[in-house]
Amino acid sequence: MRSIRVKHKSYPMRATFTVLIAVSAAVAQSDAPEIRFDSVPNPLKLPANIYLGEVGGVATNSRGDVFVYTRTGHPTITIGTSRPFAHGGSRLFEFDRTGRFVREIGKDSYGFMDASQVRVDPADNIWAVDEMTNMIMKFDPQGQRILMLLGRKAENVNVPAGGRGGAGRGGRGGNPGAGQPTDLFDRPSDVAWDAAGNIFVADGMGSNARVAKFDKQGKFVKSWGSKGTGNGEFASVHGIAVDLQGNVYVADAGNKRIQIFDNEGNFRKSLTNVGSPQAVCMTKGANAVLYVSNSNPVDDIDRDGQIYKMHLDGTVVGQFGRAGKQPKEFGTVNAIDCRDENTLYVGEIGNLRVQKIVLH
Amino acid sequence: MKRVLMLSAAVATLLAGLSFAQQKATISGVPEIPFTTVPNFLKPPPGEILGESVAVATNSKGHIFVFHRSANTRLFEFDQTGNFVREIGSGYYGFEFSHSVRVDKDDNIWTVDEGANMITKFGPDGRVLMVLGTKPPAVLGAVAYPVGPNPPAQKYVLCRPTDVGWDPQGDIFVSDGYCNNRVVKYDRNGRFIAQAGSEKAGSGPGEFNLPHALQVDGNGHVWVADRSNNRYQELDNDLKPLRQIKNLGTGWTDCISSGPHQYIFFSNSNPNGNMPGTWDNTGEIYKAELDGTVIGKFGRPGKVAPGFQVVHMMDCRNPNEIIVGEIESWRVQKLLLKPVAASGGSKAQ
Repeated sequence: MRSIRVKHKSYPMRATFTVLIAVSAAVAQSDAPEIRFDSVPNPLKLPANIYLGEVGGVATNSRGDVFVYTRTGHPTITIGTSRPFAHGGSRLFEFDRTGRFVREIGKDSYGFMDASQVRVDPADNIWAVDEMTNMIMKFDPQGQRILMLLGRKAENVNVPAGGRGGAGRGGRGGNPGAGQPTDLFDRPSDVAWDAAGNIFVADGMGSNARVAKFDKQGKFVKSWGSKGTGNGEFASVHGIAVDLQGNVYVADAGNKRIQIFDNEGNFRKSLTNVGSPQAVCMTKGANAVLYVSNSNPVDDIDRDGQIYKMHLDGTVVGQFGRAGKQPKEFGTVNAIDCRDENTLYVGEIGNLRVQKIVLH
Repeated sequence: MKRVLMLSAAVATLLAGLSFAQQKATISGVPEIPFTTVPNFLKPPPGEILGESVAVATNSKGHIFVFHRSANTRLFEFDQTGNFVREIGSGYYGFEFSHSVRVDKDDNIWTVDEGANMITKFGPDGRVLMVLGTKPPAVLGAVAYPVGPNPPAQKYVLCRPTDVGWDPQGDIFVSDGYCNNRVVKYDRNGRFIAQAGSEKAGSGPGEFNLPHALQVDGNGHVWVADRSNNRYQELDNDLKPLRQIKNLGTGWTDCISSGPHQYIFFSNSNPNGNMPGTWDNTGEIYKAELDGTVIGKFGRPGKVAPGFQVVHMMDCRNPNEIIVGEIESWRVQKLLLKPVAASGGSKAQ
C-alpha cells in the first residue's frame, strides 16, 4: 500500500502569484461601467468520450470554426534507457460554428503537453502554443499538416522537474530573462502577427521574460525584454496582440500592466488600469478594441475575474463578469477570442470549460 | 545523515499508523445482522476488471457507479442488475487517484480524486457541471512531498480530499483530507462558507486527524469519519461539533440511508496489510439510528466473499441492500441484510 508520493510543487509559486494579484486589485479600474452580457448554454457539444481540461486556448477561424487547446491531463513519463521521456497531456479539438464537434487535430502530437494558447492567423492557419514542450506549432487550416515549428521540446524530462527547467533560462551573459537570440522558449504563452506576417511570441511564464520576433519564414529577428519592473521589462509575459500599425501589446501580468511597443520593440506606453492581464484579444479592423481579462488566481474565486473592454489608447469602455464557477462567472480566464466584437469565446483554467459570451 | 533521519521519521510514521489503525470497537451487546452477498454482482466489460474499488454509489434508478483505481482511475456505471452501462470521464483531467463517488438528490455524480485534488460534479448525462479544487499545470513538475508541517489550508485548494456530501439546501461539504485536516462547507455555487479544523491535525472536538469520509443527514448535520482519531464526529450545519463517537473502532467511512427514517452505517474496516490479529477484532459494519442507538452489526474480514477486505465505501440508499467497495479485493459486493428485531440496548458514543 505504500507508494512513492509525488506532489506538484505549487505553493511557492502560488504564493507569489497571490501576492501580486492582491496588489493588482487596487490598480484595476473598478468603476468602469458594467456591460450587460449572457453566456450561451452548452456552446460546445462534446462527444461522450471527450472532456475538456484546463483550457489554455480558444480561437475561431474566418468561418467561425472553434479551436480549443486544452490540458486533458495525465502527461506521462516513461522510462527509457537512462533517460525519462514525457508524452501527452493536452489535446487540440475543432468544433464548427454551431458547436458541433468536428475532429481532433494533432492527436498524440509530440509537441502537446501543457496547452498554453491557440490562435488562428489571417490565413486561417492554426497556431498552438505549448508551455511545457516550449513549442509553437503552425498547422494548416485543415489541421492536417505542420507548416512551421518554433522551439524544440527537450529530449528528456527530469523528475522531479520542479518548474525551473526549460531551454531559454537566463540568457547567456545577458540580463535575466532576456533569453537567447533564437527560438528557445521557456513557458511561452501566446503568439501574434503583424500585417507583414512577422511573428511575435510572448515568452513567457518561466525564466524568460521577453518578446521574440521572427519573420514570416520563422527566422529570428530580435527579442526584447528581461526580468524587471521598468519600461520594457517584464515580470511574466502572459499574452500578446499586434495592431494594424504593427504596435505590439504585451500582457505583463506580473507587473499588472499592458506594455505597448512599436514594431521594433521600442517602448511606447503602459496601460495600468486593468488589473493583472492574463488574456488579451484585439478585434480586427480600423476601430479595434482590446479585451483584457483581470483573471482571478486559480486558488481564489472571491476576487477579480472581470474582463475589460478598452480602446487602444487605454480608455476603458466597460467591464463584465466576475470570478466564480457558475455560467457568467469566470474561473481564471486564459484565452479570449474576439473575432466578433460582441460574441466572445472565453477559455477558463479553473472551470475546465469554454463559455460563449454575447455582449449586449 | 539527513537521509537517515528522514528514513527514521518515515518508519516511525509507518509504525504509528499501524498501531492506530488496529482499533477494536469497545461497544458491546450488539446483535449480529444476518446477510448474504450476491455472487459476482458487477459484470465489467469483457476483458476488463476493476482496480482498487474504493468508491461506490447508486443513483435514484439503482444504477451503480464505481470510481476505481485501475491503471488509470476510471468511473464505471452499471445498471441495477450489475450489467455494465458505460464509462464516464475517460481521460478526464480531474481523474488521477480515486477516493470517493457520491450521487446527489438530482442524480448528479460527484467524484472525489485525491491525486488531482479535485472534486467534479458530473450531470446525469456524464458532462462536467462544476469543479472544486485545482491542480497545478504539469509544467510545474512534481516533487516529493516536503518534509515538515502542512502549508496553510486555502479556501479553494484541496489537499488530498476524501469525500463530499450535501445538506437539504444543496450546500456542499468536503472532507479534506490526507494532508489538510478539515471539513469545508461551500454553497451550492461552490463558494467557500466555512471550515472546521485546518491543515493541522488535532484531536479536540471539531478537530480532525485524517477526515476520511463524511455524510450529511436530513437535518443538515455532518457525520465525519475521523479516521486517525479512531472516532466519528457529528457536526451541525455550521460545522460546530455536536458529538463524538469513540466506541465503534476506527472511523473509516459512514453512510446515511435515504427516506424519512434514516439509518447510519459505520465501518470499522480492517486495516490495510492484514497484519496478525487484525482479522479478529476489526472489519465489522454497524447499523444505527441517528440518535446513536446501534441496531446491529455485520461482516468480518476475509479474502473471499462475503469476507471484507478493507471496506472503503458503502452505499446504503436502501438500508437493507448495502453495496460495499473494498480496497484489497478489487471488489464490490452487494449485501442483502435480513431484518432483525430492534434491540435498542447499545449506544454509539
